[in-house]
Order: sequence, then structure tokens, then C-alpha cells
Amino acid sequence: MQLIWNGLIVGSFYALVALGYSMVYGIIKLLNFAHGDIYMLGAFVGFFTLSAFGISNETSIPLLLVILLLSMVTTGLIGVGIERIAYRPLRKSPRLAVLITAIGVSFTLEYGVRQIFGPNPEAFPIRLESAGFDIAGVRVTASQIVLVVIAAALMLVLAHIVERTRQGRAMRAIALDPQGAQLMGVNVNRVIAIVFFIGSSLAGAAGVMAGAYYGSIDFLMGFIIGLKAFTAAVIGGIGNLYGAMLGGLLLGLLESFGAAWFGGEWRDVFAFAFLILFLTFKPTGLLGARVVERM
Amino acid sequence: MARDLAGALKHAPLRAPAPLFERPRAAGGIFDSQRGFMRALGGLVVVLVAVLPFLDASPYTISIATSALIYVMLCMGLNVVVGYAGLLDLGYIAFFAVGAYVSGIFTTVLGFPMWLALPATIAACIIAGIIIGAPTLRLRSDYLAIVTLGFGEIIRITANNLDITGGPSGIHGIPTWEFLGWSFADGFTIAGLEFPERVVFYYFVALVVIVVGVIGAGRLGKGKLGRAWKAVRDDEDAAEAMGINTYIAKISAYIIGAVWAGMAGQLMATHLSAISPNSFQFLYSALILMAVVLGGMGSTPGVIIGALFVSLAPELLRDFAEWRYLIFGILLVVVMLFRPAGLWPATAVLPWLKKRRPTPPPFTAAVGAYEPNEPAVEPSVMESVDGLPATDAEEGRRA
Repeated sequence: MQLIWNGLIVGSFYALVALGYSMVYGIIKLLNFAHGDIYMLGAFVGFFTLSAFGISNETSIPLLLVILLLSMVTTGLIGVGIERIAYRPLRKSPRLAVLITAIGVSFTLEYGVRQIFGPNPEAFPIRLESAGFDIAGVRVTASQIVLVVIAAALMLVLAHIVERTRQGRAMRAIALDPQGAQLMGVNVNRVIAIVFFIGSSLAGAAGVMAGAYYGSIDFLMGFIIGLKAFTAAVIGGIGNLYGAMLGGLLLGLLESFGAAWFGGEWRDVFAFAFLILFLTFKPTGLLGARVVERM
Repeated sequence: MARDLAGALKHAPLRAPAPLFERPRAAGGIFDSQRGFMRALGGLVVVLVAVLPFLDASPYTISIATSALIYVMLCMGLNVVVGYAGLLDLGYIAFFAVGAYVSGIFTTVLGFPMWLALPATIAACIIAGIIIGAPTLRLRSDYLAIVTLGFGEIIRITANNLDITGGPSGIHGIPTWEFLGWSFADGFTIAGLEFPERVVFYYFVALVVIVVGVIGAGRLGKGKLGRAWKAVRDDEDAAEAMGINTYIAKISAYIIGAVWAGMAGQLMATHLSAISPNSFQFLYSALILMAVVLGGMGSTPGVIIGALFVSLAPELLRDFAEWRYLIFGILLVVVMLFRPAGLWPATAVLPWLKKRRPTPPPFTAAVGAYEPNEPAVEPSVMESVDGLPATDAEEGRRA
């Protein structure tokens, strides 16, 4: 039970990052390598703002929410900027070129942050209290509940946007057929920018939450979670929102059990081996539709 | 009628018509043909590599030059996978690690001489290439990228966790190469010139890299298999329709890339005499990929330039060491935005040959004999048709 709960916490981070991956992939078929670094940027934006106000070792939840919103807006704008500068000029290029550009963006973000904040891990100023209580034999802390609630709320909002609003309908239309959507009067560039904004802000939110949960952040924290989130998106079926949520939670659980069975140092090996096996046997993911590659 | 034609053709074999004009003579000088110039340039580079120890034989220079050559080998291997076959491999350093670790284990733990470890390295790399390639090469391009990335991480973490690979501290004391009792460590003396170990090893690396790495990989890319790779890269469906077994083509590119990286890994293990998992991080996969992309995917001179840049730039930019990955990242984006085919693309034409135009064909007798306004039928026939004199008809048409 403890394993399941821990897996759910980690899984909700993965799910939030995976959502951005999945949305961007679904709409312009781009594997946004820099997405994990947006997550890292979210944590650093929170860190920077709080440090600027001289706050440290804070435990208040309203403050966390304010910082969360601020980071979401900032990372969202950064995501839009990256799309505008690096990806939009290459939208008609071969996918390899765009993918390599994404790797370049990822490097730039990682080492840019390294130049600004230094290579050493920083302590995140908001630290949620770790006082916990037992529910049905599971050790649960209040901070964990807060994080899960925030993650769930963000996912619900996202589901509402995509399913119920005009913009969401435009997104789904572009994912189906970009040219067709454009002919029908959808402003494709605008909608793609919105998708980048939403995806990046979710990753930024996950970054702040991870900072508050683990207590330390560093400039390479986004790399491995970017990989894991991609794994989660693939497991769930890339391009499918509910698939990304499901995949994230599932991957969190799998890792939690894998670490318990094989030992913590093999956790990443377990996750990647699972990814390779999964792609071999069911490349469309759990909820994904079959996609035919057109070059 | 048809039979008459066939009969006539049997006795009068079809012959290509004589050319309308003389073909221009083939370019003579080095600077007049791309191929000749590239060969001369290649020869010049080989000479430069060969005389380097005579110019500066300090341990620092030789060590850096050896590393740079090994990078060239590695990049030529990745060029086969990414440049020729169009498979994005983000975990290429894993094969490098396999080569380095297998040769390290064979020489230190099992006590084999280095040259006997070479078959083991190659075999291990082929197996690794098949293990990672076989299940994943059916995937779409970006899935493949992420799976290879995961594979690279798996190899690194495994090397970090196992006992036989020495865990985080790695393998130490890897011996150098020796053949039939003569080791590179003994040095070499010929005609009064003494070559210490590092110079002998440098020459050995240079020989392997130039012969196997550059010429071997470059010629593979031009052969039948190489054309199959390029066809698969350009359009997989069309290549398959043309009878290329795309799966075999892709996995052979993968295996060859793996073997090249494995040999480079073995050279690197000898060169450094110690290896640890930290040398095989994703960062290095990305750097090698950057070298290939920056230089020009699928272009031998481009890849060599990229490899030399990536390996030598950190040494030249020693003062900016902390900035270099940031600079690399920005450079990668900028190159992709403004020069998506790389610094020296595979289709590049030398700038002074670009302006060359084919000489316009001279007018030959056959062309000169053609009169644009020549009437198609005999004047007498025309007269009988419309009852007008032929000259009047001509005048009327011209008016």
C-alpha cells in the first residue's frame, strides 16, 4: 500500500509533464526534448522569486499556490517563446532537423540555468511539512495530499479546456488535420502557441511541486524526468491526454514496485527496459490510436 | 508493316546518333574537379597527421590529437547511422562504452592481450547493435530516438552498478597493444629516430581511423549497401517498393555504427588506460550527434570537421569551459535554423566550381540547316490545294 501511494505521488508529477509532451506531440508531431527542462525552469522560477523576496523554509500552502501560478505563467511564456524562435521556422523541415533543434534548446536551457544559478543543487525555499498520519497502514503526509490535489485539479482544468472550449476544439481539429483545420478558419499558429503555453505551464507547475516535495533542485533535474514523462506518454498512447495521465500514474507505480523488488539503483533501468518492451509489443500505447507515419 | 520494320531493323542495327557537338574535355587540374580536389585535400590531411609528431611531440599535443582522431572514428560511425540511414540515435555513446568495457574487462580481468580483445569487442558490439536494433527499428523515427536514449542510460547505469565493470570507479590499468611480444610501450626506433610509446600509439590510431574509420565508412556509403541506406533515409516506403529490404538495411547500418563505436571505444580505453561510467553520459552522445549534424550529415569532410571541432574546441576554449555547453546548445539551434544541412553538406559543391556553367552547344551543321519558316509541304502541292501561287501564300503568312 505504501508503495502504491508513493508511486501515485511520483506518477502525478510524471503525468503532468507527460501531458505537455503528449499535447505538443499530438498537435505538431514534435518530440519536444526541451520539455523536461521547462519543468526544471519552473522550479528555478519559483526558487528565484522566493529568494528575491528573501523567503526561505516557508511551509504555507497559499504561498505555494501563488508561486505555482507565477511559475506556470512564466514557463508558459517561455514555452511560447521557444516555439516561436526555434520550432516555428522549422515546421516544414524534416523531423530530424526539428528534433535536433529541440536537443539544442534543451542544452541551452540546462546550461543557461547552470550559468545563472551555478552547478550545485539549491534548496527550494518552500518546504512542506512532513508531519504525517496513517490511513489504512499507509504513511500519508499533508503535503503529499496537497500535491495530489493540485495535480488532479490541473488535469481536470486541462480536460475541461480541451473537451469543452472553442480553443480545445481547435486543438483537436489541428491534431486530426492541420491543413483542414486551417481551411476551416482555425488560426493554427495561435492554437499551437496556446498548446505550448498550456503544456509548458503544466511542466512548470510540476517543477514547483517537485521542488517543494523533494526540497532540492538542480539544473539537470529535468533531463531524467523528461525521459520518464516521455515513457509515460508512450505507455498511455502518445497524443492522448487521458493516456498521458494514466501512463504517468502507471509508470510511477511500476517504478515504485521495481525499486522495491530490484533495488533503487536499478529503478531507471527498469523504467527504460519497460519502455523498450512496451514500444516493441504495443507501440500505440494503452489508449493510443494507430498512427501511420508520413514523411 | 510491322514485320517489314522488324526485318529492316535486323539488318540495320540501331545506332546511337552521332553527338550534335563535341563534349567538353574532362577537367584537368586539381582545382577544376570536385573529386580531384577532395582527394588532394584528403592526401594533404593525411600528410599533416603524419608529420604532426615531428612538429610537436609534447605529451599534451599528442594526447589531444589522439583523442581527436578517436572522435573522428566515432563520428564516422554515427554518420553511418544518422547521416546515411537517417536513424536518429541518441544513445550512441552506449556502443562506445560497450567497446571500452569489453576490451577493458578482457585485458585486465581475463588477461588477454589487446589485439585478442578486438574480436570480442566487435562481437559484443554486433550483439549490442542487434539487441537494441532488432526490436526498435520498426518504430517511427522519434520513438527510435528516445529508445536509443533509454538504452544509453541503461548501459551507463548497468556499468555503474555491476561489480565486473568496477562500479562507479570503473576499470584501471588497461594495458596498451602488443603484437607477438612487442608492445607499444617498448617504443620504436628506426633510422636513428626514436618513437616513444605515445607517438607509436598515435600513429596506430591514425592508421586505424584513416583506413577503417574514414575510408572504410566513406566507401561503404558509396556502395550498394550505402545507396540502400540513403534510399531508406529519403523515403522508406519508396525504397521498400524498389525491392530494398529496409529492415536489413537499417539493422546493418546500426551494426556497422556499433562496431565503429566499439573500435573507437577500445582505442579510447587504451588511450586513457582507465574508464569509468562518467565518460559515457548522455552529454557525450549529444556532443557526437552535434558533431555530425554541425558538420553535415552524410558528408565525410563535414563529419571530420565537426568531430575535430567538438574534440578540439573545449581545449581551445579552456578558459570558457563552463560556457561551452551553453554555446554548443545555442550553436546547434542556430546551425539548424540557418544551415540545416550542416557546415559542409553532403551535396556541397566547391564554391569556385559553383559558378561553372556548361559551355553552350555550338551550332552544328544539322542545326544550321533547319529553316524555321520552311513550308512543311511541297509548293506545288500547296498550289493545287488552295489555288494560290506558293509565293503569295508565303507572303500572306509572313504579313
